Amino acid sequence: MKFSTIGVVGAGNIGTGVVTDLVLHGLNAVVVDISDAALRKAEDEVLKSVRFAPMFSKTLPRVSREEAARRMTFSRELKDLAGCDMIIENIPEKWEIKRPIYEQLDALMPPGVCFGANTSCLSITRIAAATSRPSEVIGLHMMNPVHLKPTVEVIRGFHTSDKTVELLQALFDQLHKHAIIVNDLPGFVSNRISHVFMNEAAFVLQDQVGTAETIDQIFKQCFGHKMGPLETADLIGLDTVANSLDVLYDSFHDPKYRCCPLLRKLVDAGHLGRKSGRGFHIYPQA
Amino acid sequence: MNNTNESEIRAKIRAFILAAIHLPDLADDDNLFESGIVNSLFAVELMTFLEKSFAVEVGPDDLEIANFQSIEAAADFVVRKTAQPSAV
Repeated sequence: MKFSTIGVVGAGNIGTGVVTDLVLHGLNAVVVDISDAALRKAEDEVLKSVRFAPMFSKTLPRVSREEAARRMTFSRELKDLAGCDMIIENIPEKWEIKRPIYEQLDALMPPGVCFGANTSCLSITRIAAATSRPSEVIGLHMMNPVHLKPTVEVIRGFHTSDKTVELLQALFDQLHKHAIIVNDLPGFVSNRISHVFMNEAAFVLQDQVGTAETIDQIFKQCFGHKMGPLETADLIGLDTVANSLDVLYDSFHDPKYRCCPLLRKLVDAGHLGRKSGRGFHIYPQA
Repeated sequence: MNNTNESEIRAKIRAFILAAIHLPDLADDDNLFESGIVNSLFAVELMTFLEKSFAVEVGPDDLEIANFQSIEAAADFVVRKTAQPSAV
């Protein structure tokens, strides 16, 4: 199957990254969010990313601003997703928000349209159970910046069919992406490990073992990581990290997933990381 | 822009970068990307800053990391672009 138009639900950080990747690879995107401001910001961010993409990857297609703008449609209404070949959902990691959206999508989209849950923690099996098409629901955990990351963690829910896996692979072929397929438990592989890591870095900062800068420098300069754990949390969004930790805690009832109080305090203070200009670090606004 | 000399341009770029990296100082020729001081995400912020602050436009042919890899390179880029009569 050749995909033409993908529905993208949720225009936050990762949803915006998904749209950028789609547009760069010649696909159309119908982007739905409840917030006009989020949609406007997403359009600006996509156009900026598309414009600067050639600097970071010589293999990515060059797409003009006009062409990129033509490939995107923005809406606050789920009904505008009718006609999309697949849905990629990127809304916040909260079950009480996700569940009604999946119920509405299920009622709206014809059978055969797969739902890709771009979640970082919630069980795919649980999400699929909110629909009448559990075999057509699959998890995909894309990383930022989406258009520069060639590999995606893909999660098979309990009922996910081989056909759905094949369809997602066909989409990834168009996006020149590679899937690593894992089984379903909350947090999967990546976030079940990485969030403990980021959370413990927040505890280390809270305990004043080091500053945010020194903690990140240890990982970059000693371990050779591209980013430190606190910078990574800032990039993801501290609210998203806290939400994911809450999901992990609720899912496993294991205290190792308890959210660091300092992390929670920063979220309450509105310091959400790179997207708000300040998190563990401060980001000057151009 | 024509009245802004190169040292002022460097100072402005230095202030923007230092505010982002939380290091006390940075040499004009320190390579921001090779040293791991910043990542590719910052490059976009730096380019946006240069466009807004110096009224230059980063065109498709300018999208080379070498143009933005240090304070010196970024300042040279701004000087070069502002010297062009067609620059925005």
